[in-house]
Amino acid sequence: MGEFKVHRVRFFDYMPSAIRAMAFNSHTERLAVARADGAVEIFNFADNYFQEKVIPGRDGRAVEALCWVGRRLFSAGLDGELTEYDLENLRPKYSIEAYGGPVWTISGNSQGTLLAAGCEDGTVKMFEILDERIQFQRNLDRQKGRIISLAWHPSGTKMAAGMMDMIRIFDTETGSATHRMLVERGAGASKSKEVVVWSVAFLSDHTVISGDSAGKFQIWDGSTGTLIRSHPVTKWDVLVLSVSQDESSVIAGTSEGTVVQFQFIASTAGQEDKHWFRTRTFKNHSHDVRALVHTDTAVVSGGMDTQLVVRPLLDKVEKNTQESALRKIAFPHRNLVSCAKKAGLLLFQFPDHLELWRLGESDGNGAPGEILPVKRKPEKLIQLKRKGEDHICCSALSPCGSWLAYSTVSSVRLYRLTLSSNSVSIQKVSKLPKELRSVHQLCFSLDSSRLFASSSLSSVVVVALDQTECRCLHTLKHKSGSKQPIHILCPSEDGRWLAAANTDCEIHVFDLHKKKLHCSVPAYSSCPTAVSIHPASCSLVSVHADQQIFEFSLKQKEYTEWSRQLQRQGLHPLWLQRDTPVTRVTFNPTNPAHIVLHDAFMFCIIDQSLPLPKAETKLYNQMVLRSFPQPQRSRESHAFKICKNFQHLLSVTLLEDLSLVVVERPLLDIVSQLPAPVRQKKFAT
Amino acid sequence: MVEQAEIRVVRQGGSKITFREPVISSDSRFLLCASGHTVKVFSTVTEECVQELRGHTDLVTGVLLRPSNHLQVYSCSADGTVRLWDFTDGILIRTYVIGYPIFSIFASASHDGVVFIVTASQRDNRSDAFQLVAVHLPACADQLVETTELSAVLGDVSANPAAIAFGRAGEYLASANGSQLEVYFFKKKKSHRFSLKDENKNGGRNTLTCVACHPTDDCVATGHEDGKIRLWRNFSHRKEYTYSTLHWHHGAVASLRFTPEGSNLLSGGLESVLVQWRYEQESQRNFLPRLGAAITHIAVSPDGSRFCTSHSDNKITIIQSCVKVSSIIQGLVTGDEVQTDLMVDPRSKALVLNGKPGHLQFYSLQRDKLLFNLDIVQQEFIHQSGLDQYQVVRAAFDGSGSWLATVEERKQKAAEVEVNLKLWAFDDHTQSFVLNTTIAAPHEARISGLCFDPAAGSRTAVLVSSSADGHFKAWRLAAPPAHTDDEGASWSCDFVGAYHGLVPGCCSFSADGSLLAVSFQEVVTVWSPASWELLATLSQPPGDVRNLCFGRLSCSKYLLGTTTKLLCCWNLLTCSLEWSTSMEVSLLLADPLSENMAAFCHQDGSADLFVFKPSEPLPLFSQKAVCPGRVTRAVFAPREVMLESCEESSQWLNRSRLYFLTPQMDLLTFSTKAEEQSLLASSKQLVIDDAVAMTPFYLLLGKHQRSGAEAPAGGPSSGSPALPQSSAAVRELLQTPAHVLPAASFLCSAFLESLLISVTDDREETGPADQEMESEKEEEEEGSDEETGAGGTRPEEAPSGGAQTEGAAPGLTRTQVRELRRVRKLDHSWLARILDS
Repeated sequence: MGEFKVHRVRFFDYMPSAIRAMAFNSHTERLAVARADGAVEIFNFADNYFQEKVIPGRDGRAVEALCWVGRRLFSAGLDGELTEYDLENLRPKYSIEAYGGPVWTISGNSQGTLLAAGCEDGTVKMFEILDERIQFQRNLDRQKGRIISLAWHPSGTKMAAGMMDMIRIFDTETGSATHRMLVERGAGASKSKEVVVWSVAFLSDHTVISGDSAGKFQIWDGSTGTLIRSHPVTKWDVLVLSVSQDESSVIAGTSEGTVVQFQFIASTAGQEDKHWFRTRTFKNHSHDVRALVHTDTAVVSGGMDTQLVVRPLLDKVEKNTQESALRKIAFPHRNLVSCAKKAGLLLFQFPDHLELWRLGESDGNGAPGEILPVKRKPEKLIQLKRKGEDHICCSALSPCGSWLAYSTVSSVRLYRLTLSSNSVSIQKVSKLPKELRSVHQLCFSLDSSRLFASSSLSSVVVVALDQTECRCLHTLKHKSGSKQPIHILCPSEDGRWLAAANTDCEIHVFDLHKKKLHCSVPAYSSCPTAVSIHPASCSLVSVHADQQIFEFSLKQKEYTEWSRQLQRQGLHPLWLQRDTPVTRVTFNPTNPAHIVLHDAFMFCIIDQSLPLPKAETKLYNQMVLRSFPQPQRSRESHAFKICKNFQHLLSVTLLEDLSLVVVERPLLDIVSQLPAPVRQKKFAT
Repeated sequence: MVEQAEIRVVRQGGSKITFREPVISSDSRFLLCASGHTVKVFSTVTEECVQELRGHTDLVTGVLLRPSNHLQVYSCSADGTVRLWDFTDGILIRTYVIGYPIFSIFASASHDGVVFIVTASQRDNRSDAFQLVAVHLPACADQLVETTELSAVLGDVSANPAAIAFGRAGEYLASANGSQLEVYFFKKKKSHRFSLKDENKNGGRNTLTCVACHPTDDCVATGHEDGKIRLWRNFSHRKEYTYSTLHWHHGAVASLRFTPEGSNLLSGGLESVLVQWRYEQESQRNFLPRLGAAITHIAVSPDGSRFCTSHSDNKITIIQSCVKVSSIIQGLVTGDEVQTDLMVDPRSKALVLNGKPGHLQFYSLQRDKLLFNLDIVQQEFIHQSGLDQYQVVRAAFDGSGSWLATVEERKQKAAEVEVNLKLWAFDDHTQSFVLNTTIAAPHEARISGLCFDPAAGSRTAVLVSSSADGHFKAWRLAAPPAHTDDEGASWSCDFVGAYHGLVPGCCSFSADGSLLAVSFQEVVTVWSPASWELLATLSQPPGDVRNLCFGRLSCSKYLLGTTTKLLCCWNLLTCSLEWSTSMEVSLLLADPLSENMAAFCHQDGSADLFVFKPSEPLPLFSQKAVCPGRVTRAVFAPREVMLESCEESSQWLNRSRLYFLTPQMDLLTFSTKAEEQSLLASSKQLVIDDAVAMTPFYLLLGKHQRSGAEAPAGGPSSGSPALPQSSAAVRELLQTPAHVLPAASFLCSAFLESLLISVTDDREETGPADQEMESEKEEEEEGSDEETGAGGTRPEEAPSGGAQTEGAAPGLTRTQVRELRRVRKLDHSWLARILDS
């Protein structure tokens, strides 16, 4: 596997933002997640829960509710606006003021024609969904007190609204409230506090289910407006409810971090008389569960503790398959760290600033596993605050360390850095070509003379950089017709090729000399998560969300023999069972047969000269191999050499001097920065 | 050896009553529980044992109400039979011979004529494999029935009866084994298995301990080792089953039960708290805390009005309407270890040993009832592991039972042992022991022997204690100094003896109190208690002397001692060894009423018993392999009535019975065949005379009977036999099942007539008697002590009353009485069966 000097970096204070709202589109199997900083992330549940898109947030925009209407995504927030997102350009498309104060909730009817928004002033505002925009239609009868939650009856003729101390049922045709169901307040001291109906659900048999701040899960008869059953679930709040597609199961998220499942079960077998029974309790969160989605096979929950948890329902999936494993998605599936290979600099991207660090130095030598004395400590050179209200969506640092670029949804900024041993200066490049307006991905060529930026319609803008000016050379386009944004850009080391992958699972390779499309890699069903071009053999290595690895020769325009063999033999089952995607592929310059790649929990060197592991052999065999004598070791070793010494990896890069930079962000550090959870009595404390 | 087979080791008195789940009769009046070889029927109101169902020849392993007749009960036993009893009358109706040891029994109303039993699996010879077998009970009138129709239902079940339960209307059966729940559907004849991980990530132990099924819903509750309760639903689908989890217990859940309506779920365990969960609103729970000891079983009466919980200290608590403990039935408390010797209180003839922590219990073996607990330590016992508290380790009575000496000690780690010697005087006024003297630290080390001078009637009493500190001390009751006003005499040290710095072991007085023998390791020293001079030393190396016993009566010149290898008999007149045999005696004790001595030997992992006279080294009686393990506690309890046994081998049992404790803390005794037969016969007779249970009517009758019985004894002037006479008709009326009674009009005249006659005799007497009777009833409802105390005398009096009434019942003609009696004795179970079907 080789020995490396490792820079173990733990000073990247990346702090993910709390999850506020979620919406699941069961047709496209996309989950939209809104975070507290206003960012919206799209996960593709059909493709190993890969985080396809990230729409950066903006100061002052707090998303309170998300809603899919067909393939369109709407959000509403306490700023009182309804926003539709442009999922192709990863930016808000337009915003409409609802004129009702903060909007607490939005909900679309099942027909996809109307969008209802519950406002602070007690009105439910109906918006008509037009092809390109939404238009205010009318108000339902105005009530006293704010509308916290809304639920449409599947027929679209009725609507339940959770308010303070009560639930109202509206007739959506006449706009009048037909029932008023009073929700009991909590006992004791909270008697004087009004109870908040945080969430309601309206089932097709006219059952209304509510979760409230007194910790009750209540089942109402919506046609008569009477309470059927009340289940006290928690001492604190029931924050969110979600109903399964077939309405046989409801899950409720609480402030305690638990998710409680209720199932609609016949109390005696073979009879139609069904009741709601409290069944399972899932405890995967330490803090409030603010957002919950009941998919057909899993419970997806997110909350204050920033993790997205996919808990499969074991009665709905095959046991002991990849689907039945619990997944916790804690880190973004893209790179927030850029590394200047030559200069030994690290750029960390935060939503509102960038940090530039110089790596520490050590001249010691030691045995494997030893910690070397640090001669020069790592130091923070620059903290660059972004301009404007929009959050940073991508950033890049040139390999020589003299250029720095970042982009928000509205603008791109480029800086020239001059670093000497004890002084740092940064200078903004003022005149940028107008093509660099809204980009999704930024990348510098290896010789730092070019800046590549992915723009709308999957095009790539090539900008030439030099000391005096920067100008746009040309725009690279392909002809596949995909409008999806490019999420990976990768230039080759010799500056001839540029690979661009978009979320339509396409990888295009451009010839930078000829300034046109060289070829497209045959389409694969899973989205590429990391792409890199081999410096020597000019083959393109791509790793996909389903953990498959391909090697595509750019010269022959076909898959290499190694890649075919890998596909024939199949990857090791343990490799396929890993639940985080590979986020970076690099190559070892000293040994061209080595491919270095990493995900959040391991990094791996694939030695193409060694035989591939068979399904029955041990995949993680590094420790075993070490105990073997040399002949047996070479017999037993296989291509995948996996190192799990470092956990919660955000980045692994090889520097020019062959030392490895490992950026870790331990989950414990994240947890320690979270606010205190609600107090719970623990037994024997 | 043929005669010896007549003497059997039996359980008689002091058996565990919490071995299996008790059963409450459908009218909530009786509680049935398996106890040793018998089934005991207790009254739920008076806590009195009203019936004992004898007949099984081995441990009874299950009691079950017959689903088709709520007045009959099945019991199963390790002797391989299932017996059907009429428990109100105590009549064995039928015996079904299965042939294999049975571990538990189940039945359900929808499976008519079938009982389900758990037996060892015959298929593979593993001793821990059990199977559930359906037994079709043939319907024939014979007393003894061989069953042939056996069909296995489930293999691989748990032997724990709590791990199997019948579901809604007997449609399915839930069985827990290990971490797996299996539900068997009788209609489809197929079973679904649901397994949990053995160990989840939080270290919780998922092993299932008990199971209960909801009576009307498809819901199975399982209790787990880690204290969780799971409610399984939708288990008719193999895959879409689901469960919810309740967690309150911190130890394993020992028992689960749904109430008959299914509105509540009861659970109990180590915490000795009965938890009541509202079904479908499980967050609402009620607690009944401080039940005294860990709950092992929970039973619910069929009408749901009463619960009862069995506890690990051999106690059954009856709980009324789930909030109030209404009565407690306490058996002999043995716990894990008995530290005091077994003793017999000379006054009450009760067996005395330590029971509850810090207490001595007085247990009447004749009546099989705990008389009272004497608080020795007088400190609050705190239930917490790792906490050392005072324990009663030794106790001794003097010959007349007026003094009791107790030793309590507390051993803390890395600290000296704390010992207290307490002397208790019997107070005739309160009929209890009162603390007279407390001697803190009587010795510097732990006390190894304690004995009273047995013949201290004439002299002042002497107590000798020997200790590991190298001394033995004699304590004497000293008169108080004249000038103090203190009440009574107290105990003080009279003499401190030692012998060459050796450590004393046991000590023993001769029967007349003239000699004291103290063993010092290998040496036995004989002292005169009058002058405290050393009279003689005896020694028979090798090995330390363990037990010392003086011979009694004609053999009083002998002193017996045991070492690790030898049993020696010394003649005190010649101070020489009379005889010795080589045997490893673990316990030697003398019968206080005869010359006989009993020696328990430990050989080949089991205990052998030898009974002999010291004068001749040949055993009168010997039995090999009395029980597995080593017997270290035994006692001769004097009989109330001497047995008239002529067979030589059983003569030693004539005056007293030998009780001993096995290492498993079972109290066993020896019984002859003749004795057993007479016991069986007497119980049958009781059936006829005293079939009325503790009802208000019975109290009414009992009052009349007693006043009738006492009146002649009190004085000849108040001769009023008329009152009990009247009750004959009433009793006939009450005892006969209502559906076989003659027409009410026919009875009414007879009944009224009988009343009329009683009035003519003595008018003044009846007025106050009625008032008294009323007040008696009120007292009874409060459960007064007086009534339970009087209950013991009732059985003896009842026959005499009954005999009187039979002779003179002028209200009914002789033929009418005979007719009534004949009707009553008919077996009406066929009628009940018809009615049920």
